[in-house]
Amino acid sequence: MLPTLRHLTEPIVDGNPVTLQILGICSALAVTTSLSTALTMSVALTVTAGAASLLVSTLRRHIPSSIRLIVQITIIASLVIVIDQVLRAYAYGMSQRLSIFVGLIITNCVVLGRAEGFAMRNPPLPSLLDGLGNGIGYSAILLIVGTIRELLGAGSLFGYAVLPTVAAGGWFQPLGLMLLAPSAFFIIALLIWLIRSWKPEQVEQPEFRLRTGPDGGQA
Amino acid sequence: MADLNPLSWWRRFLALPNDSSVKTFLVAFMVASVSAVAVAVTAVSLRPLQDANVAREREQRMAEMLASVPGLADIIGDVDADALETRIVDLDSGGFAEDIDPATFDIAAASADPERSTTLDPADDVAGIGRRPDMMPAYLVRSDDKLLLAILPGYAAGYQSTIRAYVALEGDLNTIAAVSIYEQGETPGLGTRITDPAWQAQWAGKRVADDTGEIKLQVVRGGSGSEFEVDAITGATRSSMGVSNLVRFWLGDLGFGPFLARLRDGKV
Repeated sequence: MLPTLRHLTEPIVDGNPVTLQILGICSALAVTTSLSTALTMSVALTVTAGAASLLVSTLRRHIPSSIRLIVQITIIASLVIVIDQVLRAYAYGMSQRLSIFVGLIITNCVVLGRAEGFAMRNPPLPSLLDGLGNGIGYSAILLIVGTIRELLGAGSLFGYAVLPTVAAGGWFQPLGLMLLAPSAFFIIALLIWLIRSWKPEQVEQPEFRLRTGPDGGQA
Repeated sequence: MADLNPLSWWRRFLALPNDSSVKTFLVAFMVASVSAVAVAVTAVSLRPLQDANVAREREQRMAEMLASVPGLADIIGDVDADALETRIVDLDSGGFAEDIDPATFDIAAASADPERSTTLDPADDVAGIGRRPDMMPAYLVRSDDKLLLAILPGYAAGYQSTIRAYVALEGDLNTIAAVSIYEQGETPGLGTRITDPAWQAQWAGKRVADDTGEIKLQVVRGGSGSEFEVDAITGATRSSMGVSNLVRFWLGDLGFGPFLARLRDGKV
């Protein structure tokens, strides 16, 4: 594989921003009650992350270090406002359902983290790919969580009934918990567990060990 | 001799050390300007589309509600927003405010403007809204000079959001024809069930006030027993109560009460 393309593929599983770096959890909780909101949010974040990384990387040699975070935030915020306005104009219903969470992409650590951690030190093309890759990694988690929550919580996918619910005369009793924020925590935690069982190298070393055993505690 | 070529100025600017205060200031200024222009151009150019979306949403809710009132379609034929007579009501006097154009009236803007709204005493503030605009729109449907339907907008605090709804009254102005919630941000799966058509349908046919004129209509827990009571939704009591408070406040003396009284006597 081309070495540059690694920037695009690596963040999808091996360096996933949600499950490895535990970033962007807040929006992952809020927008995953249905698959369509999760998909819109994913596209919005991927576009923002890619464009922000590209712009920051292009300007990187001329951004004074004393104001670099402010410059990065200004660029990200402008991109997000533009995306929010476009959604309001062309996908009004969707922007109503996402409410403030599109605006909160500004404070999403995934975007700022990649701008500060990668784009400030790398040329534009790898930065663009890195931003897009991290967006796709974030999207993958959002879509998995969104699928599970919408299917179990409302018996539908993209709003189309898949499991006939009791209310509509079927047999499926929707799991109300799935529509509340805690369920997203559980699902993300299970995903992290799964991924780390599959790739044990992602497991962090504990910062300190509990002392147990014959002389434990007292020694 | 001074070099006036802008390109060489630009090169000299780029060659400045990144930490010099001149470059810091100019980079900040340029990034801010470019961002501001990008945001402003998008916002201004997309404005008409966004306004059209909001208006379409509101009209659609209105049409849905009109369609849900039983028998109405038979009386006035094709139900659409054109059959509506939109008037701006002065809530205190109960009369029409003829000098305000209903097409440009914005409830949210009016309720936030201290000049055009009244602070409510906490004891009277059933709906939990703090301020109430002095004017509100009302939509009337008439046939041969006979009032068929009065549709009144209102809003109230729910569990975690402001609930906005239309309340439609039948021609006697004391029977609910329909309640339609057009904006809310309650807990998904629980509070959002106030938008279920099945629950909203419960409101139709309920009576508002008893013979003495006191408003009796309310949402109750544990099974409604009379023509003044609507069942609360299990697990969404606070959201249901929000709708109850909305209806009670906006049909009451501080809401459309004076207007409804005048309308009933035929004095508007």
